[in-house]
Amino acid sequence: MVLSANDKANVKAAFGKIGGQAEEYGAETLERMFATYPQTKTYFPHFDLGKGSAQVKGHGKKVAAALVEAANNIDDIAGALSKLSDLHAQKLRVDPVNFKLLGQCFLVVVASRNPSLLTPEVHASLDKFLCAVGTVLTAKYR
Amino acid sequence: MVHWSAEEKQLIASVWGKVSVEECGAEALARLLIVYPWTQRFFDNFGNLSSPTAIIGNPKVRAHGKKVLTSFGEAIKNLDNLKGTYSKLSELHCEKLHVDPENFRLLGDILVIVLATHFGKDFTPACQATWQKLVGLVAHALAHKYH
Repeated sequence: MVLSANDKANVKAAFGKIGGQAEEYGAETLERMFATYPQTKTYFPHFDLGKGSAQVKGHGKKVAAALVEAANNIDDIAGALSKLSDLHAQKLRVDPVNFKLLGQCFLVVVASRNPSLLTPEVHASLDKFLCAVGTVLTAKYR
Repeated sequence: MVHWSAEEKQLIASVWGKVSVEECGAEALARLLIVYPWTQRFFDNFGNLSSPTAIIGNPKVRAHGKKVLTSFGEAIKNLDNLKGTYSKLSELHCEKLHVDPENFRLLGDILVIVLATHFGKDFTPACQATWQKLVGLVAHALAHKYH
C-alpha cells in the first residue's frame, strides 16, 4: 500500500494542526488502547497503568514523537524509523496485530479532539499512514 | 453468554439516544467505502462511487447506511441475544451477499470513529471500550451462521 502525494499532504497537514498537542494525543491514545483492548496491557507489566499515570504519559510522548518523525519524513518512513524497527524486532517483539489497535485508538483521539480535521479523505490518508508505520515497525520481525 | 455491566448498558443507551441513525449510518458507510475502497466491491449497482465527494453524496449509500445502522438499533434492544437477533441477516450475508466477515469488523471500527467525531470529549475511553465491545460482538453475531 502506497501513500499518494495527496495522502502525504493530508498527513503532514494533519500533524501540523495537531502541533504541540501531539504528546497529549499520544498519551490519550495509549489510555484508550489499554481500556479498549486489555490484552495490550501485557506488554507493560512494569508500568503503572492507572489513570493519569506518568509512565503512560511519558510513553505516549515517545509514541507521538515517532509518529511526528514519520510524518516529517514521510518519503522515507523506513529510514526515519529504522532504529525503532530494530528495537521492535529484536527487543520489544510486539505482535503485529497490535499496531492496528493503536492506530484505531489514535484515530479515535483525533476524531474526538479535532473532528473537523478528520474529513473522510484525511481519515483515509491517516489510516494508510498508520498502517505504513506499523508495517515498517514489524518489517524486520523475520 | 455475553455479560453487560450496568455501566456499559448506560454508555450504550446514552450515546444511542443522541445518534441520528440516518446521518451516522450514511457517514459510516461512506467512510467505509472511502477509507477501505475495496469494500466497494459489494456495491456495483450503487452508481457513482468514483470519488469521496461522489460517495458522500450518493443517495444509495445514504439509504443503505441508514438501513445498516437501523439494524444496529435492533442489536441495542437485544444486547443479551445478539446471535439470535442477527441469525437471519448472518445467513443472508453468507449465502446471498457473500460478504467476508472482516468487513463487519472494518465497519464497526469506522462507526466508532464516526461516534467519536460527533461526541468529542464525551466519547470517553470507557465509552469507546464499550462501543468497540458492542461492534465486535455485532460483527461476531453477523458471522455466526457462516458456513
